[in-house]
Amino acid sequence: MSPRTYSEAVADPYEAPPLSFTDGDNRTIELRAYDGSDEELEALVEMYDAFDPSDRAQGIPPGREDRIRDWLDNILGDDCLNVVAWSDDEVAGHATLVPDGDAYELAIFVHQDYQRAGIGTRLIKALLGHGRESGVEKVWLTVERWNRAAVGLYKTVGFETSDAESFELEMTIRLSEPDEAA
Amino acid sequence: MKVLLGIGGSDDSIRALEKTVERTADAGDDLTIAVVDNPAVERSREDIETTVGDVLGDHGVDATVLRLDGDPGSALVDLAENEGFEQLVLGGGQRSPMGKIQIGNIAEFVLLNSHVTVTLVR
Repeated sequence: MSPRTYSEAVADPYEAPPLSFTDGDNRTIELRAYDGSDEELEALVEMYDAFDPSDRAQGIPPGREDRIRDWLDNILGDDCLNVVAWSDDEVAGHATLVPDGDAYELAIFVHQDYQRAGIGTRLIKALLGHGRESGVEKVWLTVERWNRAAVGLYKTVGFETSDAESFELEMTIRLSEPDEAA
Repeated sequence: MKVLLGIGGSDDSIRALEKTVERTADAGDDLTIAVVDNPAVERSREDIETTVGDVLGDHGVDATVLRLDGDPGSALVDLAENEGFEQLVLGGGQRSPMGKIQIGNIAEFVLLNSHVTVTLVR
């Protein structure tokens, strides 16, 4: 595979979590970096266990609790960056950056009960803010090309298409200059 | 059943090899293994052929092993359609660091073009 291309320009700096806002359905949503506690892990497992399989993308989230736990174990590691959207003590959404060489792969999931309320945009901005603050330079993702809502969201926050040749669109964003990175 | 397995040396293709040979041992399929040139893979064809021989030996399975030159996807589809194969088997994709399934170029071409039933091994 050819190396990914990233914009020369650095994306808008987004605010890092913790953040709080009122969503489109008048619910108070808090965005916080994942703290690694059992309580937060179990709340995430619960969200993914109840996740509608029709919203899966390229096999994730997986569909059985043991597979969900294995998958979360991989993406909640110490070298990963995770931001969770909370509605009281329930997980409304989760966004993650997983290291991949000199860049990070991004994914975001908003539970069906919380979709179309503006949470995804806030959540991904908070994750990018968290990433920039943590010295992340480059982020990439893949998205199914028919998923126009998701493609639109990624474009809104500054992602650009880097590869349109495969089944999935590949998009990239630059969060900081190489010499800026921690 | 007359089965054609395409293998280019990626990790998922090696997994497809193991699972298909296991199934062949159970089901008594007539298996042909075509080693193709996957430009995305560094492993040499000789190395892949050695692995194929080892896996067949481990399971006591006989199979025809051949090399396909040229574009791997079209060469596999061509062979499967012209030689009366009933199933074309390939690796089911690699995983990204995130765990996302990524279907390779060969599987993508075969899925969209093959008139023979395609199996992707997960």
